[in-house]
Amino acid sequence: MDDSATAKTSTRRQFLVAAGGLVAGSAMAPLLVVRPAAATPPSMAAAIREVIGEANVREGKVKVDLPPIVENGNTVSLTVSVDSPMTESDHVKGIYIFNEKNPQPNIANFHLGPRAGKASIATRIRLADSQQVVAIAQLSDGSFWSGSVEVIVTIAACVETL
Amino acid sequence: MARALVNIPPKAKRGAVIEIKTLISHPMETGYRHDETGRAYPRDIINRFVCTYNGVEVFRADLFPAIAANPFISFFTVATESGAIALSWTGDDGQTQTETANITVE
Repeated sequence: MDDSATAKTSTRRQFLVAAGGLVAGSAMAPLLVVRPAAATPPSMAAAIREVIGEANVREGKVKVDLPPIVENGNTVSLTVSVDSPMTESDHVKGIYIFNEKNPQPNIANFHLGPRAGKASIATRIRLADSQQVVAIAQLSDGSFWSGSVEVIVTIAACVETL
Repeated sequence: MARALVNIPPKAKRGAVIEIKTLISHPMETGYRHDETGRAYPRDIINRFVCTYNGVEVFRADLFPAIAANPFISFFTVATESGAIALSWTGDDGQTQTETANITVE
């Protein structure tokens, strides 16, 4: 967190070493814009930015349900629910789901509104590796909230040939 | 295009929140798989799902290759009035399949 602060007072060599570590895409994400998860790999962070823009994402309100250990990554039940009254003035506009290690960081984007009654969706996804799955909800007041879950995958999707 | 299963309650109380479950048979070929000769299978997925309630869109989804084969989608909506709930899936080839179910709201 305070890396950049200490770098200012340290020597040039120390600063360069620290900067190199950041460029190498280490876990020191604070200089990147993304907030929800410190270890977010860059491609997922970029995909999230592409969908939600520069908005600030806070953690909370979003619950991601995935089995903690997945035997077969080809079909994994996923449920995402958001804590929201779903009224005309306060509802969820979108639920966007991302992953870290599939070939593509996007999983799905769901667009809903006050007529949904309940901000909850379920689907089945593919997971290529043990990784973190992140769901981001866009609320009608313009705020973004995120929830995430770590899964362990024993048989990965997208590796087999026919 | 394909066989679709849709589960919508035929009757509901006005204002009740109902669950809509859908399943459509589709390989959802990701475009990331290769055969023995190293040739990639071309991508062929359903990339869009829309639900309209008496013509008004109430739910929409953009899908990516990470959605499993035979995509299952479940969501909720408020039973506002009697009428038709239409579900449509659009594939990479541009074809759209639509299933319609009627609901009676009391």
